[in-house]
Amino acid sequence: MVAAQHTIKDKVAIVGIGETKYYKHGQSPVAEFRLVIEAIKRAADDAGIDPRDIDGYCSYSGDRNDPARIAAALGSKDLALSTMVWGGGGGGGSAAMANGVAGLAAGYAKYVCVFRGLAQGQFGRFGQGRAMPEVPWPMSYVVPYGLISPAQSFAMRVRRFMHEHNVGPEPLKAISLTSYHHAQQNPRAVMYGRPLTPEKYDQSRWIVEPFHLYDCCMENDGAAAVILTTSDRAEDLKEKPAFVMAASQGSDYRQAAGAHNAPDYGTSNFKTVAKRLYEMAEISPEDVDVCQSYENFTGGVMMSLVEHGFCEPDECDEFMTVENFRAPSGKLPLNTSGGNLAECYMHGLELVTEAVRQIRGTSPNQVSDVEVSMVCSGPMVAPVSDMILRA
Amino acid sequence: MTATTSNDADRYLPDAMPLPAPSGDGLDSEFWDATKRHELVVQRCNACRTWQFGPEWVCYNCHSFDLGWEKVPDRGVIYSWERCWHPVHPALKDFGPYLVVLVELPDAGNVRMVGNLLGDPLQEVVIGTGVVAAYEDHEGGATLVQWRVADA
Repeated sequence: MVAAQHTIKDKVAIVGIGETKYYKHGQSPVAEFRLVIEAIKRAADDAGIDPRDIDGYCSYSGDRNDPARIAAALGSKDLALSTMVWGGGGGGGSAAMANGVAGLAAGYAKYVCVFRGLAQGQFGRFGQGRAMPEVPWPMSYVVPYGLISPAQSFAMRVRRFMHEHNVGPEPLKAISLTSYHHAQQNPRAVMYGRPLTPEKYDQSRWIVEPFHLYDCCMENDGAAAVILTTSDRAEDLKEKPAFVMAASQGSDYRQAAGAHNAPDYGTSNFKTVAKRLYEMAEISPEDVDVCQSYENFTGGVMMSLVEHGFCEPDECDEFMTVENFRAPSGKLPLNTSGGNLAECYMHGLELVTEAVRQIRGTSPNQVSDVEVSMVCSGPMVAPVSDMILRA
Repeated sequence: MTATTSNDADRYLPDAMPLPAPSGDGLDSEFWDATKRHELVVQRCNACRTWQFGPEWVCYNCHSFDLGWEKVPDRGVIYSWERCWHPVHPALKDFGPYLVVLVELPDAGNVRMVGNLLGDPLQEVVIGTGVVAAYEDHEGGATLVQWRVADA
């Protein structure tokens, strides 16, 4: 069948995962590049391969650590594939995976590493605007009005979604409490040992309405890396492979139109991307056992889950509860490592490593008998991306 | 509808906030020239008459490069809004909260513009409320387009 030849479904697996210690922003004791190399070495070790055999590197969000420098630093035998996904935030997390998968399926490389490193103390923070006297297009239409940070850009979309679908504040709170709950079982998590109660959430300060402090991701230092290879090679390696059923990326009609003019505005931007994802995987939302959904802000998670078909927009208040999101018993265990809110803001690559752990059976909040493990990367930006793994 | 004058609006945000600069490639000089005249203009395709904002070099509808600017009434409708509390810019330290609104222009194909909602920053904001433009002048700099709730 022609269709079968033109899909990446099941052709590639994740065979190694590696992470550095995760730090609060600005607190990494070593340089960002060294963090990245540490994560790559750990991922290669986890896979049971020599780091010199990695011949492809993929990243996203303008990662500063150039594959050519990495390959030189590690003495790589050959560099056969290097790609960068356009766009900011974590929107490229699964898209970088898709690029690596496509490169492997097409025979460009044998072992691809997808990585992300951040040392914000070394390079400056996302959540703070820089002082300058004038701002040119397209920032000229937003920044002079005090609409500057990612939280401010996305609160506007979330408010519109809540208005259109008559959604209250409880789903945002449930998403936040779930991440903090899961982080209490995860010693890697920056918020390990720092539980969040409903009262503490309610009393926390507003960042920008409708987001409280705990609706917003952390900013962190660290690095994460995963190793991909073809499914036939994967069978011979050390760890249980997590096979990639599907990986999708893109952006709906004119989502990046300037000055907040996306025609469909109250959206995570996953409507077309999620449809392609399920078609490629040939499964439906009911088949998903566990989901890692990128929390830049809780409101983005809410819209991502709706647009991945887990509930209707007007069912958010009923469906999105801690009970439904909690591992292992919830209907849709969500962000089981603590995610960007409470484990580490590694631009969502830590969600990929957690999705793999759920397949392997090694999550700190393990869901039983996981067959299908989903990742949604970076809602409300353009492009966004997502991925489905299977055991 | 009433066009308000600069006398109505002192600077809504602190003086040290950045001001808009026209795009270096000339894309939107006409917009910022018009606001200095206290006129609201929106990019419009001369070929197919589609309204377009933010401005771009090509019409998204018919792909014509023949784009112009058309004056539109100073009125809009609140499409979404937010109250900002956390200072994300050095100029905003110890300032706030303040209101940002996304305003739809029914006279220009429902394109949207971002601005501040003048008045009490703690006022109740209701999506769908009618607003009118208020021009905020800056000596030696650009004029911002702000919004205030329209008289009932």
